[in-house]
Amino acid sequence: MTYDLVVVGGGLIGAAIAWGASRTGASVALLDEGDVAYRASRGNFGLIWLQGKGVGKPAYMHWSLRAGRLWKDLTEELHAATGLDTGWRQTGGLHFCFSEAELDKRRDVLARTRADGGEITMKFLDRAGLRDLVPGIGPQVVGASFSPEDSHVSPLYLLRALQQALQDGGGSYQPGTTVAEIRPEAGGFAVATPSGPVHGRRIVLAAGLGSARLAPQLGLSMPVEPERGQIVVTERVRPCFPYAANCLRQTAEGSFLFGSSHEEVGFDDGTQVTTAADLCATALRVLPGLEAVGVVRFWGSLRVMTPDGLPIYEESSRYPGAFAATCHSGVTLASVHAFDIGPAVAAGILPAAVASFGSGRFDVQAH
Amino acid sequence: MFRRIEPGTPEQSPTVSFEGRQIAFRPGDSLAAALLAAGISALRQSPVDASPRAPYCMMGVCFECLVEIDGRQNQQACLTPAQDGMVVHRQTGARQLP
Repeated sequence: MTYDLVVVGGGLIGAAIAWGASRTGASVALLDEGDVAYRASRGNFGLIWLQGKGVGKPAYMHWSLRAGRLWKDLTEELHAATGLDTGWRQTGGLHFCFSEAELDKRRDVLARTRADGGEITMKFLDRAGLRDLVPGIGPQVVGASFSPEDSHVSPLYLLRALQQALQDGGGSYQPGTTVAEIRPEAGGFAVATPSGPVHGRRIVLAAGLGSARLAPQLGLSMPVEPERGQIVVTERVRPCFPYAANCLRQTAEGSFLFGSSHEEVGFDDGTQVTTAADLCATALRVLPGLEAVGVVRFWGSLRVMTPDGLPIYEESSRYPGAFAATCHSGVTLASVHAFDIGPAVAAGILPAAVASFGSGRFDVQAH
Repeated sequence: MFRRIEPGTPEQSPTVSFEGRQIAFRPGDSLAAALLAAGISALRQSPVDASPRAPYCMMGVCFECLVEIDGRQNQQACLTPAQDGMVVHRQTGARQLP
């Protein structure tokens, strides 16, 4: 058979696009490589973070704000489709500041967001205001910026819900499917897999770091590089900190996550105890009571980074019907990937909101 | 359920207190072993569904034997040598911040 859409990459981006296309009636195959892939979607922190996102990059800011505001719908639709609770909680997000200078920087972030037309609700809390929200706040915290629009979610339950919703709606999820080659053919594309070719009228490359290798076969360019982030997880603690925050959050199950680092170490997704110690130290400055809490493990995972840190969405000009999508905010943007990008690629045209996110922006003009 | 290979507990045995009850043990016992030998198996209550849990792996990996020792929460009884005078309580649900 020939699917309406083949999605290469079973992470958050691919699964959201695949489900989004499927729920508007397209026949969809989602090809997921397996645990040999780097799987950024299984190692991330789980924030839907809007305050300060895309400062100086209005298209990205507006895209992120739209995504944040569609998360309630995403949660409700996934729950209706699968019965799964992704743990999404719109508690608001706190960016903690340890000096007046850091608070001033946050005020500047808000001013620049407003200057670009970003109508985000955001306020500033001094120590007294912060103590009302977080009674155990540490003495070194001078204040915080707070946006009630920020939220958090279990990225693993989100991924599971997207894949489940795709399958419950009649889509095909194909695990263990390494894509060797993609070939344009009459009426679409043929994807070579270990169990034979998969045919699709249209195709989306959402293979994270693996997209760099596959994109040229479709006349696309995906100049992505790994950036490592490490995250520390503690034993479960009775719920006491509901908020999303820039350096820690408490999961629905009670574990605290401390994150996250930004490291240029190539394809090394290992860990370094010195980095974990730094993450713990920052968390303890925020909530000193955490000192008594045990760490149970920490891990490294590779973000998928473009040269300017913004997403790439593009259609191949050489092979129309071939698309590529990547970003390092697969959680925040999951809603727009499902509701906007999925139906759009199934219909064969990208939405105007993402017109500026083609990889052509990285080309150097020669005169 | 558990029986010591060498029966009997020597006189003048050291003791721990578990939920207010004095438990004699042999020097060298882990806290989990001492409690199991005294017929106590439910050391904690799961934070997920509040069900009672017993020590399982006895080697520090399963975290089923969590107890509160001298006010410290979420301690692994199987990795903690029993010591005379310890005051031990069940770990009920997830730990709290101090």
